[in-house]
Amino acid sequence: MTTVRVVLPGHLRTLAKISGEVTVDVGEPATLAGVLDAVEASYPMLRGTIRSHGGGRRRDFVRFFACNADLSHEPPDAPLPAAVVDGSEPLLVVGAMAGG
Amino acid sequence: MSGVRVLVGTRKGAFVLTADGKRKDWTVDGPHFPGWEMYHLKGSPADPDRIYASQSTGWHGQVMQRSDDGGRSWSPVGNEFAYDGVPGTHQWYDGTPHPWEFARVWHLEPSHTDPDVVFAGVEDAALFRSSDGGQSWQELSGLRGHGSGPHWQPGAGGMCLHTILIDPRDADRMYVAISAAGAFRTTDGGKTWTPINRGLKSEGIPDPEAEVGHCVHRIAMHPDRPEVLFMQKHWDVMRSDDGGDSWHEVSGNLPTDFGFPIDVHAHEPDTVYVVPITSDMHHFPPDGKLRVYRSRTGGNEWEPLTEGLPQKDCYVNVLRDAMAVDSLDDCGIYFGTTGGQVYASADAGDTWAPIVRDLPAVLSVEVQTLP
Repeated sequence: MTTVRVVLPGHLRTLAKISGEVTVDVGEPATLAGVLDAVEASYPMLRGTIRSHGGGRRRDFVRFFACNADLSHEPPDAPLPAAVVDGSEPLLVVGAMAGG
Repeated sequence: MSGVRVLVGTRKGAFVLTADGKRKDWTVDGPHFPGWEMYHLKGSPADPDRIYASQSTGWHGQVMQRSDDGGRSWSPVGNEFAYDGVPGTHQWYDGTPHPWEFARVWHLEPSHTDPDVVFAGVEDAALFRSSDGGQSWQELSGLRGHGSGPHWQPGAGGMCLHTILIDPRDADRMYVAISAAGAFRTTDGGKTWTPINRGLKSEGIPDPEAEVGHCVHRIAMHPDRPEVLFMQKHWDVMRSDDGGDSWHEVSGNLPTDFGFPIDVHAHEPDTVYVVPITSDMHHFPPDGKLRVYRSRTGGNEWEPLTEGLPQKDCYVNVLRDAMAVDSLDDCGIYFGTTGGQVYASADAGDTWAPIVRDLPAVLSVEVQTLP
């Protein structure tokens, strides 16, 4: 098991009644899908708000970043960057900026 | 002393407005769920402390909330709305097939008798039911599976199921309305459905008197006379005296018969309220005057209600779910505007005053009459 830091967007922190980062324990190799599974297990109210129910498709206006890289289009079962796995960098779940 | 609790859904959160039976001095509580679109909140008639709320954003989709203490605190409940079977297609705006896709919950209708039973009308149009207080939702797929389903098309706001009426005498008898498919009735608790659009005429669709394809904006009934239905259609105010089997127009002397909400006085089944809007091109009141129109004759003869409402330079809209009536002895009428005002009348519409003036755009208004 490894512990991964996750930064959620503001609306989801409010919904889950959390502040700051969350940490989740995931099996190795740590993957995006594994981290999201763990986040949803700890905070069931987030199911469907980051990715769809069932199919697990990323919502259109949600992106995943880590270590200055966009992971949004990586396969969900691809290993996360080493810096995320060792806890030195968080996984960022980002709501797309919109507005005028 | 009795009182009222007004549940207001806006583009950027929910607000709970409370007052005693005089309805003069108001307490404004909110925003709840700040920043989220709150399409609808509605309390259970069987337990006023039980309130359901639909919360959504384009970023994070649909969340459902439930309060068990009259709106003071909330807990997320189930938000999975899975269409039954293979969803298939309806028509897109241009008539091409378009897959059925869940977007949001427009309207919540709690059971009259069981606080754990609640219906949800959703976009793309379908009806869901929960029997466990919103934790899980099952589609009543007989509606979407009606043979006309592949021919339904969205209205400008989306293909939404926005109206759910439960017959207070027979819970198996329900009415729903869909933009822009029309109105439907079930008599078996939602297993099977019949289109009830005979008498509606909609210019601009290939067959103005088609079985489906009418842009119904709202339907209302009085609980003591559930066979009589009033409808605000895209254009035309309509009435049915036979539970929707046939409709006739009662627009009468209205300055325009385009509009969104329609409601019925709590104690007078023939007293009906609408808010005329200039046209489908101009979604604001005629002449910059915000006027509620009241008929005391079940339609056709309408009087403008203006005292306390802005009579110049007013260009707001009143959306379909943004009007409600309380059941105090002097019936209270409430409506909210896209300009963020919520107006109340404690005398059946004779005089009006704003409860609040500067909320985000109001999507829905419901009222609970409290003991």
